[in-house]
Amino acid sequence: MAEKSMADEARRPETAQSPENARKPDAVRLEGITKTFGSVAANRNVSMSIRRGEILSVLGENGSGKTTLMNMISGIYFPDEGRIFVDGEEVTIASPGDALALGIGMIHQHFKLVDVFTAAENIVLGLSPEESGGGRRLDMKAVSRRVKEICGRYGFDIEPDQKVYEMTVSQKQTLEIVKVLYRGEDILILDEPTAVLTPQETEKLFGVMREMKKDGKAVVIITHKLHEVLDISDRVVILRKGEYIGDVATKDATELSLTEMMVGKKVALDIERPAPENPKLRLSVRNLTVYGAEGVPALKDASFDVYGGEILGIAGISGCGQKELLEAIAGLQLTAEGSSVKFYPSAGSGAERELIGLTPRQIKELGVHLSFVPEDRLGMGLVGSMGMTENMMLKSYEKGSSVFTDTRAPKQLAEDVKDDLAVVTPSIGTPVRRLSGGNVQKVLVGREIAAAPEVLMTAYAVRGLDIGTSYQIYRLLNEQKKKGVAVLYVGEDLDVLIDLCDRILVLCAGQITGIVDGREATKEGIGLLMTKLSAHDGYGGGTAETKEKED
Amino acid sequence: MTAQHKTHGEPLFRIAKRDALPMKTKILIRAAAVLLALVVDALFIVLVTKLNPIAVYARIFAASFSANMLFMQLLRDLTSLLCIGVALAPAFRMRFWNIGAEGQVLMGGFATALCMIFLGDRIPTPLLFLVMIVTSVLAGALWGFIPAFFKANWNTNETLFTLMMNYVAIQIVAYAVNIMRGERASVGSINKAGWFPNIFGYNFTLNIIIVAVLTAAMYVYLKYTKHGYEIAVVGESERTAKYAGINVKKVTIRTMLLSGALCGLCGLILVAGDKHTIATNTAGGNGFTAIIVAWLAKFNTFYMALISFLLVFLEKGAREIASTYGLNEYIAGIISGIILFFILGSEFFLQYRLILRHRTEKGGADK
Repeated sequence: MAEKSMADEARRPETAQSPENARKPDAVRLEGITKTFGSVAANRNVSMSIRRGEILSVLGENGSGKTTLMNMISGIYFPDEGRIFVDGEEVTIASPGDALALGIGMIHQHFKLVDVFTAAENIVLGLSPEESGGGRRLDMKAVSRRVKEICGRYGFDIEPDQKVYEMTVSQKQTLEIVKVLYRGEDILILDEPTAVLTPQETEKLFGVMREMKKDGKAVVIITHKLHEVLDISDRVVILRKGEYIGDVATKDATELSLTEMMVGKKVALDIERPAPENPKLRLSVRNLTVYGAEGVPALKDASFDVYGGEILGIAGISGCGQKELLEAIAGLQLTAEGSSVKFYPSAGSGAERELIGLTPRQIKELGVHLSFVPEDRLGMGLVGSMGMTENMMLKSYEKGSSVFTDTRAPKQLAEDVKDDLAVVTPSIGTPVRRLSGGNVQKVLVGREIAAAPEVLMTAYAVRGLDIGTSYQIYRLLNEQKKKGVAVLYVGEDLDVLIDLCDRILVLCAGQITGIVDGREATKEGIGLLMTKLSAHDGYGGGTAETKEKED
Repeated sequence: MTAQHKTHGEPLFRIAKRDALPMKTKILIRAAAVLLALVVDALFIVLVTKLNPIAVYARIFAASFSANMLFMQLLRDLTSLLCIGVALAPAFRMRFWNIGAEGQVLMGGFATALCMIFLGDRIPTPLLFLVMIVTSVLAGALWGFIPAFFKANWNTNETLFTLMMNYVAIQIVAYAVNIMRGERASVGSINKAGWFPNIFGYNFTLNIIIVAVLTAAMYVYLKYTKHGYEIAVVGESERTAKYAGINVKKVTIRTMLLSGALCGLCGLILVAGDKHTIATNTAGGNGFTAIIVAWLAKFNTFYMALISFLLVFLEKGAREIASTYGLNEYIAGIISGIILFFILGSEFFLQYRLILRHRTEKGGADK
């Protein structure tokens, strides 16, 4: 063991060290960190450093071990091998408490807040009265004063007395940051903080991060969005398949050079967008309203048309009715009275058909070829414990009059999908749960496309996928579009939506706030529509209608 | 600050999931478990009872294998247990936690007994058997249908529901038995009209044949039929089932009708092929033991046969050594329990491995 760490020591100078930093020890230094889960090495012999007064991006594809690595610094996981130094001294971080005591705070992707507590209460939660800044008794007034002070310094818009359930997603995230700052942490790790933010909110967050850097704090941002890396960070550390690939100063990097380091090979980063050929009305959605669990409309009065041969993008902060919209069309949601989804067959001969009120099986029996790639791949689109073959027959198993299932055709289809989409699996019988996220998605998309759909709905089709697979999915969607399929694409990456889609429908809190042309749309424009308050009710619906008529 | 943090040690060991093991390793691990069980058990036997462990093991073995008769009795008890496990398999595969097998079996047995008592000498035997089969299956199916209907329509908790249905069944049978026994202590042996015929010298041979057929049929049903496929999908995720166009309500009710009906059939087998009487304890707790059987076998009916064998074999062994050596029955239970514990415990090591802390001295040696 000792020999190994000496070897690591010898290798360490690879990391770029500026003269200034050489004088001061790194805020955090990792040496030879390895962490395995079962037989999967999430991190293998990673050595890197985090410095004060610097914003560091940890960049890598999903599954490259970014979050695992940072979780070891913040005490969530314990490394199998390797050493961690904080300010030059070796430390053992066995729990989040240890990390906090060392001044390390992490802001997780999923917020850890108590909804019914106020901002100030959440901030002092878990702190002793002394730690929370008062004397021996908890002094909430003093706490509020300090919270206001911190908010004032960084320009946060948080009221100490505001309850968490009244906050927007962006405010909740801000609160998480205040929580860390309040505890005096000066090494901050943010795990994909922009995933839930609009472009405007992201810009604001970046402003805050720059302020923290000016205060001499060490700031780490985990992300896989290249433009954000270039925008915010001073230095980038790249991980690939759990291994440390290298670090570069951001000023020397481009999107292409970073992608190459991330993926390990050259990747073309442009998305094709053929002009829609002969678009035909395929779906006509009118006044579609879906009530959520608490009786509040999750989707309200949605009216729009979908054409064959085009990709209609659906943008919006997550949870704004995207799921309900697709599931209602697929026959999986109860809809309010007055809702209507009319399907126009591609042959042109058949009459239009009302889909509302039908079950998925009835829709299929009507001869409507509707394919749906749901957001929850293993919880809805696939059966995790079954292999590819059995998943291929999920929607067609009842064909034929025999009481036994026929596995010949599904087996062939499974082989075809495996070959065509290069699914990595030990065998087509391996439970799909054991495959990686990208391969699971290929199985699902492969099956849905093989069903020769007239309407193809996809929800977050590239979430968690590596760059190569994502572009493969975009190509598949474009192929379907060229075949005259009406494609609905619910996405979260606005850059992709703008590059891929012919039209983009924007949802905000269950309402359509606009439908824009993908060729003319800007991120800022869509960002505004994503946060448009529901008070502008008439504006949203009206625009959607007129816009479509103009088309 | 550093010193303070070093006091928090690294955990002593970690548990990591294994990849799928080759068959050979699996057999080796299980064999090691059996061996270890025998060694530990031997220590226990020597230290606590001062007996010769080899002799004790021989008695346990002899309890089931020293005579044809004993072996056939082992098979009889094994099939009573296995039959219920097989009946539970479709429900459990659907993740419908039917713990009401005891009641469903009892209702099936009760229906059979009523037929035997009231129709036994009035209608021809073939017709009697037909009526017995139909009524016992219907009675069990009804006990399965009621909780399934409520679950499908109002999402009631099936665990509580099926459990409470057991007590309803027990009370009904207790009431009827009280009337039927008259002045006697129990219903007693019912007239022979409805008994299963004697085959190869045993009157429970038919039980064994029926259960063997059921076990194979259930395996095929779950693995190769459309119904079986639907059950697996519903069990994995109701949302996936709905997405696939499966009528979840229909499948839930249909599967529980089947599970209940088969439990009813187990009741028939118990009463007509084994006990020839009816009492509140006719099912004898097998309805609950079968839950363990079904779970341990991960709902594979052939594994169920193995687990049933193990349980029955050890139970018979425990009873045998208790009487031979005049042991306290708890001691005998512990001796057979240790074997069971190790065999079942080895399953953990088939799925996970332990990784011990391997750098204990490092924290201090660095500076």
